[in-house]
Amino acid sequence: MMSARATLFDKVWDRHVVVAGTNGLALIWVDRHFVHEGSHHAFAKLAARGLKVAEPELTFGVVDHYAPTQGPLSTASEDIQRMVRTVKENTRAHGVECFDLDDPRQGIVHVIGPEQGLTLPGLTINCGDSHTSTHGAFGAIAFGIGATDVAHVLATQTIWQSKPKRMRITIDGKLGPGVGAKDMALSWIAELGADAAQGHAVEYAGSAVRDLTMEGRMTLCNLSIEGGARCGMVAPDETTFAYLRDRPRAPKGEALSHAIEEWLRLASDDDAVFDRDVVLDGAEIAPTVTWGTSPEEALPVTASVPDPERLPEHKRFRAREALDYMGLVPGRPISGTPVDQVFIGSCTNGRIEDLRSAAAVLSGRKAKVPGIVSPGSRSVKLQAEQEGLDRIFTAAGLQWVTSGCSMCVGMNGDTVGAGQRCASTTNRNFKGRQGPGARTHLMSPVMVAAAAVTGEITDVRPFLEGRS
Amino acid sequence: MSGWTRHDGLAVALPLDNVDTDQLIPAQFMSVPRSQGYGPYLLHGLRHRSDGTPIAEFPLNRHPQASVLVAGRNFGCGSSREGAVYALVDQGIRTVVAPSFGDIFFANAINNGLLPARVDAEVVEELMAELGSEAVMASVDLMAGTILIAGREIELELEAEKGAKLINGWDDIDLTRSHAQTIASFRSSHFQRAPWVRPANA
Repeated sequence: MMSARATLFDKVWDRHVVVAGTNGLALIWVDRHFVHEGSHHAFAKLAARGLKVAEPELTFGVVDHYAPTQGPLSTASEDIQRMVRTVKENTRAHGVECFDLDDPRQGIVHVIGPEQGLTLPGLTINCGDSHTSTHGAFGAIAFGIGATDVAHVLATQTIWQSKPKRMRITIDGKLGPGVGAKDMALSWIAELGADAAQGHAVEYAGSAVRDLTMEGRMTLCNLSIEGGARCGMVAPDETTFAYLRDRPRAPKGEALSHAIEEWLRLASDDDAVFDRDVVLDGAEIAPTVTWGTSPEEALPVTASVPDPERLPEHKRFRAREALDYMGLVPGRPISGTPVDQVFIGSCTNGRIEDLRSAAAVLSGRKAKVPGIVSPGSRSVKLQAEQEGLDRIFTAAGLQWVTSGCSMCVGMNGDTVGAGQRCASTTNRNFKGRQGPGARTHLMSPVMVAAAAVTGEITDVRPFLEGRS
Repeated sequence: MSGWTRHDGLAVALPLDNVDTDQLIPAQFMSVPRSQGYGPYLLHGLRHRSDGTPIAEFPLNRHPQASVLVAGRNFGCGSSREGAVYALVDQGIRTVVAPSFGDIFFANAINNGLLPARVDAEVVEELMAELGSEAVMASVDLMAGTILIAGREIELELEAEKGAKLINGWDDIDLTRSHAQTIASFRSSHFQRAPWVRPANA
């Protein structure tokens, strides 16, 4: 039996320890392993040693990072075609199922894992992608790993990990209109810093987290890595179980009932001890937008661009650099900053609720700037089209494309030009992230929709009046 | 990967916080096979002007032979892309000294023989001031657990297991395969105890 005072993380961790080493180092069993095109390094390592994938049934291939969104693969560059071909060949050679471009289940790995019911509470999940933290929304331990560790998981279905410390971020209170999971995430990262949760597994708690839908929880956990966390988690509850019912690969019937009994026991004990405890007030969170080149450089849309001279000395140099790159004037309100284009999509905000919320703002309105809307998966695309959301976007003047990582990381050719400013629902405003010289402002889908309508960074709240 | 115990080389300061993985290796270079070498892509956007010409005063352009980097907090934050470490290693960097590192980057560095040395922020700041834009001899001793830069001796805080990996150039796969029996028995009891952990058939 588990000892009392255990956190959600402890309970899932303890059930996966294969070998307990010294200094908290442990060999951990991996329940799900997702591999995308970036896995070519890892498969090359495996081939060099003549090793096979240990557990093909627990391994899933996906085409997302290089997935073309605006035409068939045959029209993409040779480089992109080779990357897509390689993951298909590698997974086929090892008997691993692959959600390929011609598969109706294709999409971004962190969208389709949950969608297909492959992501479940109490699991350990790895992928060679830092936003694997998304899957923690179900109460799983899910984290990104590099190529050497991907090769290790492929070869052994296990991974060596030092047990991280535990941190709890409690957000109570009721979110205001136009405020959602993206704003919760950006505001805690802005308050605590992009390295605040380094070496920690974060559990999100509190009424504002409980009130989130599964998709909102995924957005929140997705951005855990931007605050430096090893992973982010939410304890599974009725919201989780309702989402999982009838998912293709999730347990069903009696098996599901048994699983739910176990999952209900995963919640942190009332007297569980966290190494760090942070409490935030959800009612205080405003629609949030980044101004700089790190996700911690974010502020309420009602605020002004910081003046480096007024910042603590150690932050000045970086702030000057960031403002220079972003082409912003210190002290001016962030609202009213003209944007050149918008992007709606990614593993952070490419799900059906994200598209619905953006469409609610755009309905009957025109976008002043061009932009792309890329649903997170084929299923999301289909559902959005059944609901007529695609027609709202195209009527507004935005481009409706297919699913993939697209303009979040720019590997598939969807990039933002040098010096161009993009209001984006993605996860990183790093220099050059959306393309060399691109200027990225991270914000929620409704905020991006408002920016599209006015052609500048805009407080979305007045645009929501009288709309759901 | 071969292990190492001691490294003597030139240290330069990169006085930036949050040097992220996308700057260490921009996405457009990530489809390149490792065998071609990632060194030329390291910090590509910071080392070059938009027209592609190198910025002469950038620390690594001024001192291309440098092998020890002294950088600001949260070095290697962001993506899990191991290419960020390949770019550093292929450029000849053996040690990065910084107050803090991204967790995934830290693990990737250890897996590739690159020492991520966590050093107090105040000490890093002093080192940067001493280094300025010059390159200074540095000496890293993994056995003794020390780094000597600009006449200052810094104690390394590195877990024994991670130090041993760097020193011996160990590959975890070999180590783990020696636990094959334990893994197999864990697997069968895990599946028996919680059958739902296996994905349902498509």
